[in-house]
Amino acid sequence: MLSRIADTMYWMNRYLERAENYARFMDVNFNLSLESAPDAVQQWKPLVMITGDWPLYESLYENVEKEKVIYFLGFDPQNPNSLYNSICNARENARAIRPEITKEVWEQINYLYYFVKEGLEKKRWQEKDPRLFFKTVKEGCQLLYGILAISISRNDGWHFGKIGQLIERADKTSRVLDVKYHILLSTPQAVGTPFDLSQWAALLKSVSAYDMYRKKHGKLTPLKISEFLILDKVFPRSMYFCLIEAEKSLKAITGNETGFTNSAEKQLGKLKAELEFADINDIFEGGLHEYVDGFQKKLNEVSVAVYESFFSNTNNQVPIQNQNQ
Amino acid sequence: MPKVDFSDYQISGFYDEMFKDVSDVRPSYELFKRSLESLSLKKLSLLQHSTDRAQLSMGMTFNVYSDNQGVERILPLDIIPRIVSGADWDTLSKALQQRIVALNLFIDDIYNDQKVLKDKIIPKELVLSSASYLKECIGLKPPQNVWSHISGTDLIRGGDGKFYVLEDNLRCPSGVSYMLENREILKRTFPEMFEKLHVRPVHDYSHYLRDMLESLTTVDKPNIVVLTPGIYNSAYFEHAYLAQQMGAELAEGRDLVVQDDFVYMMTTKGLQKVDVIYRRVDDEFIDPSVFNKDSLLGTPGLFKAYLKGNVVLVNAPGAGVADDKAVYAYIPRLIKYYLGEEALIPNIKTYICAESQDCKYVLENISQLVVKQSDGSGGYGMLIGPHSTKKEQDEFVIKIKNNPRNYIAQPMINLSRVPTLCDNTIEGRHVDLRPYVLYGKDIKVIPGALTRVALKKGSLVVNSSQGGGSKDTWVLDS
Repeated sequence: MLSRIADTMYWMNRYLERAENYARFMDVNFNLSLESAPDAVQQWKPLVMITGDWPLYESLYENVEKEKVIYFLGFDPQNPNSLYNSICNARENARAIRPEITKEVWEQINYLYYFVKEGLEKKRWQEKDPRLFFKTVKEGCQLLYGILAISISRNDGWHFGKIGQLIERADKTSRVLDVKYHILLSTPQAVGTPFDLSQWAALLKSVSAYDMYRKKHGKLTPLKISEFLILDKVFPRSMYFCLIEAEKSLKAITGNETGFTNSAEKQLGKLKAELEFADINDIFEGGLHEYVDGFQKKLNEVSVAVYESFFSNTNNQVPIQNQNQ
Repeated sequence: MPKVDFSDYQISGFYDEMFKDVSDVRPSYELFKRSLESLSLKKLSLLQHSTDRAQLSMGMTFNVYSDNQGVERILPLDIIPRIVSGADWDTLSKALQQRIVALNLFIDDIYNDQKVLKDKIIPKELVLSSASYLKECIGLKPPQNVWSHISGTDLIRGGDGKFYVLEDNLRCPSGVSYMLENREILKRTFPEMFEKLHVRPVHDYSHYLRDMLESLTTVDKPNIVVLTPGIYNSAYFEHAYLAQQMGAELAEGRDLVVQDDFVYMMTTKGLQKVDVIYRRVDDEFIDPSVFNKDSLLGTPGLFKAYLKGNVVLVNAPGAGVADDKAVYAYIPRLIKYYLGEEALIPNIKTYICAESQDCKYVLENISQLVVKQSDGSGGYGMLIGPHSTKKEQDEFVIKIKNNPRNYIAQPMINLSRVPTLCDNTIEGRHVDLRPYVLYGKDIKVIPGALTRVALKKGSLVVNSSQGGGSKDTWVLDS
């Protein structure tokens, strides 16, 4: 498929995943804010921290307030990663690859676009309870995943989309895990209190992991929760699971089964192997925050390698013989 | 709840497609009118509303050139269809075939023997000074000697009830996706009427299009690409739609590269050869190494690959020489010259400002005439004399005097009208008709068209960029 189209497919899926994650973060954090400390800074600053856009927030707003954070992450056209922008970008990407996707996919993305556009116009962040907005976006994205899954052939385009989605998902799970680090920085005295427990629960809910975690481990402990989100082999949002699935898609594209044939396979394979043999106790010993930070850097290198191997066309200037695929 | 009611409907002296006079409905609309009258006005408004929603959700949007980037509009679809009787259609269809054959013979002649110029059927200077005449195409022989494989001709019906050709679009005619999608929407709006009325289907257009494109190359299982300027082009929706319907790649100039005079597209697995390009990019932006050296768009080397026969471009570059609005005036004579036949659909009387007699007449009667740029399109750069101010007329007088070759003028034609839903009432609005013709091994005139409608009261400008909308066009069996 055209390199530009593959690149666009990859990003359309990344943006959708980002939007869905943001919607979930907002929903969960709003819930949490209802039953815990009234301090807006403690409550909402970590959310901005985990998105990586704290410097931008600081440059735009004087202080941390619930409504401002909801606007910044959910709607702000000035924030390139806001939910609103992610949906707009996903739709622009979908438009550019319209022939690769189905009418149903396109129409659902369009629906979401008009929904968030209306949300911006109607100033949903000012509502007393903006959860319905975020819940609708979340469900809209999930419906889209379903439509994609049942209507798109498992061709290269699908697999590039999956890789984009899974890299974004792994990144977001790692960032959510890191939120604890940022919360602890502001409230070290809270460790082990009921407040602490409800935060761990919220953290699991942010990545839709609460029920599956409960089923597997029952009790909420930092070690087990971290292990679940980083290393679980079967939970679909764990960082390790995302890498397993991303690698499957990469191999479906290259047709290669062992070792590597390009830098994308090499980087992804290495990172996956690292997690495959990781021990949560070692991770805690070295520092969870440091580990997560390192993971994000390596994941970014994988993304760059995918770009260089398939999208940039610097390595691909040779005519293919006997094509017509 | 009041029902739909035509008793107050005003024909106002125009040719109305639905009514001979208020109490006398034309036969092709009889059944439709009866069904419509069984609906409440509120229901009709609701149907119109859901049509607007459907267009948005289908993403049938376009960007307007003069607006800031990012402003999206829909081409409003009025739910009351334009119905064409089978008899009218069959006449039009024959006339369109005649015209496209003659026009292609003309283009081929211009770039090869120029017999028509030597025989002085049309002034040489007029043809060779056309902005769309490309000297780079001299000697070219495109596949099957067809230059404009895909065309859309603008027809109108005048106050006398006769059809006329308003202009030919032989380069990149747009709107066919609206013909197809409008039909999909109206089938949901009025399902029962389709059953009863025997409306001829249009949905196989994309199939015929692909067939035609494949027939232009000897390559087995050719790689076909739709070449688009990109998502900010006003017709991008259509480019994507056609690529998708045909199972073709949708490429931009930057996706293509030429090596050893073959065209390739850049894929995730290397370079893949391209055999046929349905290009929706203007001639001047195809290949910066030939046509527009300053352009960043296009693919260097593409035109040479084309000349060598290694790739097919559809439509052929240079085809626009025949849809120049000054050349238009000569088309009845060209039909006679090439086919020995009288034109089956007449032209509108046209004054060519490049010719001094005509120019004098135009300057003296500018307030009565419609003045158009000879290479213009999209309703831009035109003056509608009777609807214009003295100041606007004076501006055009200066423009014409400065560059007479660039202008033609025509009498104002009162386009026919079709009942149209306007703010919960039904009023007549002016329309034109753009049918689509595919010309490969044979000629296919798709039994349908884009009917463009001037939604503004009294307006005669139907262009989408100027407040126009569209209607589905139902061609009946009989």
